[in-house]
Amino acid sequence: MTEHIDRVRTYALVFAVLIALTVLTTAVAFVDLGPFSVVVALAIAVGKMLLVALFFMHIRHSTRLTRLVVLGGLLWLIILILLSLTDFATRTWVGVPGR
Amino acid sequence: MITAAVQEREHYLNASYGIKSWLLTKDHKRIGLLYLATITFFFFLGGAFATLIRVELLTPQGDLVSSETYNKLFTMHGVAMVFFFLIPAIPATLGNFFLPMMIGARDLAFPRINLLSWYLLVLGGLLSLYAMLAGGVDTGWTFYTPYSTSYSNTWVIATALGIFVAGFSSILTGLNFIVTVHRMRAPGMTWFRLPLFVWSTYATSVIQVLGTPVLAVTIILLFCERVFHLGIFDPTRGGDPVLFQHLFWFYSHPAVYIMVLPAMGVISELVSVYSRKPVFGYHFVAFASVAIAVLGFLVWGHHLFVSTQSLYAGLVFSFLSYFVAIPSAIKVFNWTATLYKGSISYATPMLYAFGFIGLFTIGGLTGLFVAALGFDVHVTDTYFVVAHFHYIMVGGTIMAYLGGLHYWWPKMTGRMYPEGWAKLSALVIFLGFNLTFFPQFVLGYLGMPRRYHVYPPEFQVLHVLSTAGASVLAVGYVIPMIYFIWSLRYGKVAGANPWNATGLEWQTASPPPAHNFDQSPVVTHEAYDYSTVLGEVEVG
Repeated sequence: MTEHIDRVRTYALVFAVLIALTVLTTAVAFVDLGPFSVVVALAIAVGKMLLVALFFMHIRHSTRLTRLVVLGGLLWLIILILLSLTDFATRTWVGVPGR
Repeated sequence: MITAAVQEREHYLNASYGIKSWLLTKDHKRIGLLYLATITFFFFLGGAFATLIRVELLTPQGDLVSSETYNKLFTMHGVAMVFFFLIPAIPATLGNFFLPMMIGARDLAFPRINLLSWYLLVLGGLLSLYAMLAGGVDTGWTFYTPYSTSYSNTWVIATALGIFVAGFSSILTGLNFIVTVHRMRAPGMTWFRLPLFVWSTYATSVIQVLGTPVLAVTIILLFCERVFHLGIFDPTRGGDPVLFQHLFWFYSHPAVYIMVLPAMGVISELVSVYSRKPVFGYHFVAFASVAIAVLGFLVWGHHLFVSTQSLYAGLVFSFLSYFVAIPSAIKVFNWTATLYKGSISYATPMLYAFGFIGLFTIGGLTGLFVAALGFDVHVTDTYFVVAHFHYIMVGGTIMAYLGGLHYWWPKMTGRMYPEGWAKLSALVIFLGFNLTFFPQFVLGYLGMPRRYHVYPPEFQVLHVLSTAGASVLAVGYVIPMIYFIWSLRYGKVAGANPWNATGLEWQTASPPPAHNFDQSPVVTHEAYDYSTVLGEVEVG
């Protein structure tokens, strides 16, 4: 297996972007966006996660099996959120007698 | 002088000596034995708590222990048994010892990480043990919030941290097994030549890697709420207690399959070797393991039917829960079909396999009862549920664990166990188990709630039966403990392949050499091809 090594400059750039995104998250927290506060914060977090996985964890240059493992993890996160939402999103749909 | 010859040959047990050679070993076989000693300790610890519970329940009054002590007893029974015995039981002992040998490897892919995972289990075990000795914990093994975060004044954090640390042991073991199965198979050992124990352990590893991190996150959140008073689960601080149940059961329901999938793998091996036939429908059994691993993640909400979980979610989870029955039934039917026209021998491991198939079927079918929304409302938090999961965990996993331990004992130690005593104890365990837990189905259906030590007098007869059964069961568990130790010195010398089995682990000496095989094996046959061993009868 050939090891692909990124240049130090690439890593430094990614690091700078991660720090900038952290600052952005903090800054956005002071702006009242209503329900979109959470959406924006999560969107930034997903972007940072992708940067870390693709560059720092070398997923960009990994084998298909490794990528499958990462996708599996993401898929399981989706299962956790989606099936939990079957509860949280539908709790008020049916009235419970006495409540 | 066969004995002398065996003792002189170098193998993994006499390759080096001294405490250090064990505590710093990288040999998966020695680490398997370290695990064996550790989980045996926790099994008897959990058993001691169970004994106190059953003695207390002999009478309707709470005359042996106070309510508070009783709460601690069932909590610590659950914690010790689930996290420090059942989850590591088959994968970390039998899996550690035999998975590399079964695929023809010299060791696991990461021997140092394997040792680390044992140390993590010990560290986690010591933390939880400390909590037990310092005063115990009373939340139930499920740590439901807000009781665990806002009200309980027992050792919640120490116990939970112990489980947190042990979780990493489980993740690392799973990771190690996955990489080993992908990278370390012997030449010719294709995926569909793998023994079914390897398939089921592989599926288990996937669950361990995908599920356990969520348990870790849940424990961290619990820690944050209990220690830093962040409002996550406690409704008085703006949290949602049902969120805890979602997160907890996202791991803990698949954890049931961490416990029972390796057990199913053991049964596949046993049923095949003692009926001298390849497992019927090999591919179906292999894929059923994977199917159980995946479906197991889609059903956790059936633990929340009587919480404030939405009715729609209840319908979805109830519906999905039934799907688990399909791969489970495939396995049971295929084991039964394997027996058909087989040359069956009733050796001790096979008795345990028969016990597993019967008891797992009862446990699985009552699982369908409680997966039904309406019926579950009636039996939630009753002894019906207690009986149901003990049929899976004790009747299933422990039966298979003991079956596997007997089956592989000659390979691990080079010695046979005494067959007469072993058969007797298998019988005692089967009878004791049913006498303990069958009355609990009836108790639960009649309305006896779990986790109470005072109960109406009309339930006493069934409770006395259950306690009597538990005493029989305890005797059944102590007998193997004694004769296994006895056999180390006095057992008949086993020989390389006392069962004429086909697996690669039987093609090397007993006990195996430090690097498992004198020559790297090359696989040319499907798994369970008995034409390859017939005629090569070896007598120990």
